[in-house]
Amino acid sequence: MHVKASNVSVSLSGRQVLHRVDLDLEPGQVTGLLGPNGAGKSTLMRALTGQLACQGEIETGGKAIAVMSEAERATIVAWLPQQRVLSWPISVQSVVELGRLPWHGWRRTMSRADQEKCAEAMRLLDVSGIAERPATELSGGEQARVLMARAVAQDTPVLVADEPASGLDPAHQISMMAVLRKLAGQGRTVFVSLHDLSLAARWCDRLVLMKDGVVAADGPPAKVMTEAVLRQVYGITARIGRDDCGVWLAPLGLTQCEVKDG
Amino acid sequence: MSRLRLISMLAVLVIAACALSLLIGPAQIGPMDSIAALVAGGNEAAMVIMREIRLPRALLAVLIGFSLGVAGAALQGMLRNPLAEPGIIGVSASASLGAVLLFYTGLAGASLLALPAGALAGAAASVLILLAISATQASTITLVLAGVALASLAGAMTSLVLNLSPNPYASYEIIFWLLGSLKDRSVDHVWLVIPLMLLGWAALWASSRTLDALSLGEEGASGLGANIPRARAMVVCGVALCVGAGTAVSGAIGFIGLIVPHLVRPLTNRLPSQLLLPAGLGGAALLTFADIVARTVIPERELNVGVVTALIGAPFFLWLVIRSRRELF
Repeated sequence: MHVKASNVSVSLSGRQVLHRVDLDLEPGQVTGLLGPNGAGKSTLMRALTGQLACQGEIETGGKAIAVMSEAERATIVAWLPQQRVLSWPISVQSVVELGRLPWHGWRRTMSRADQEKCAEAMRLLDVSGIAERPATELSGGEQARVLMARAVAQDTPVLVADEPASGLDPAHQISMMAVLRKLAGQGRTVFVSLHDLSLAARWCDRLVLMKDGVVAADGPPAKVMTEAVLRQVYGITARIGRDDCGVWLAPLGLTQCEVKDG
Repeated sequence: MSRLRLISMLAVLVIAACALSLLIGPAQIGPMDSIAALVAGGNEAAMVIMREIRLPRALLAVLIGFSLGVAGAALQGMLRNPLAEPGIIGVSASASLGAVLLFYTGLAGASLLALPAGALAGAAASVLILLAISATQASTITLVLAGVALASLAGAMTSLVLNLSPNPYASYEIIFWLLGSLKDRSVDHVWLVIPLMLLGWAALWASSRTLDALSLGEEGASGLGANIPRARAMVVCGVALCVGAGTAVSGAIGFIGLIVPHLVRPLTNRLPSQLLLPAGLGGAALLTFADIVARTVIPERELNVGVVTALIGAPFFLWLVIRSRRELF
């Protein structure tokens, strides 16, 4: 499902955080959102998922997100916030099953199809083995995977995830990205913010770089990940290379050395 | 433990408590005579005692206990805070204040509905204040402290209003409103609270799925299609109806909504929606037993049931605070 944002501006407590952002997300692609802290990544994601009132227009599948009810929106867009909140020691299985809530209506029991979607999501995120454990007692990385499994179980055409890979070990970071690729392969629209440049360059079909509330660069990783762009957006120098699987990238230092002798 | 088994066990407990409550009292009536007087009539005096004194008392204990248990469980779910409870965070005390204010200022005349209306308004006002405090990302400790302050203020205001009233029984009344009692309640009181409580239970039940979604935080819940402002309003109304109605006829009874969800939660899958009914049944059983204790522990001298629940509940609360102090501070 296409997600189309045009002319989106957001002000938070008097400060304009997004300045007239235009963005078009394609189904079947993993689009990565990059940018320094405070660039407006989370704000853009929250606006796209209808969590935040904004100026401008946001449409999913041709319908404005602002006119949808919360319940309808939740069957179209799954939103995984950056802050990982688990308030009660509920089991991993129960957390993932919460993902089916938008589809229940007034029905309160899980259908066979619901259970299969949850089992599939847990298998994808490698949390089937800990299904019975209280989610609050897991490590941060395990919680991240459980909450992603919850978002996957929501089974929506659009998935927006704010830093789902932070706090994961390298193997699980890679498998998290592989899961996102697989979901995109099923035709979903996947939008994910990341801080790890190499991970983003290697696993996303398209990268959007933000700085100071505007889109600074937008395109396939090979085109966007250039020294000039990284210098402009992050103020860093990096080694950028290519191999059979795509782009690799290693940040080396700051463009302006700010360390001074005392 | 399976949910069905838990609920049936708690239901049996409620029935047992209720039966015991009906059989105990200063008038010595044998068990068989009691049942006969209750259902079939017969002995005139026994019939009056059973139907007009003991039955309303037992029913009110069950209804109010159920409401306090459900309200405690729902508040804990809404605020995502295991220390939230209508008594501790000042909802019961504010309901008392509301009832006393309306009753003694003569604003609503001496109508039977003045008390519940005042109690509902008081309870709703305090829940709104607490929600406003918790909406700004307040920590557990801020919320509990604000609630304690609110409870103290409402208690002091209640005492003040009663002190200023020309009523010669004011000091007795203060004890009733601050510590609660089920003494000398009539069938009218039962009929008064039933519709209000049914509405309150329905409002809390209707918000139960949002309470589940709130386990993932407000943003997570809203991403799952929960309408948070609406759910918040439902919980406010539900808690106000449950606690307000109960307080209007029994005064403030504390700690039921704290103890019961804690005792019952480990026996459920810990989702807030799954806790509501068991917490209600547990609350009904606990308040009925507490009322039996209040009547029987000192012969010839009846305690206020709120004293009994506080004697059980306050040490329990302290233990919870000590156990969870790492999370609190």
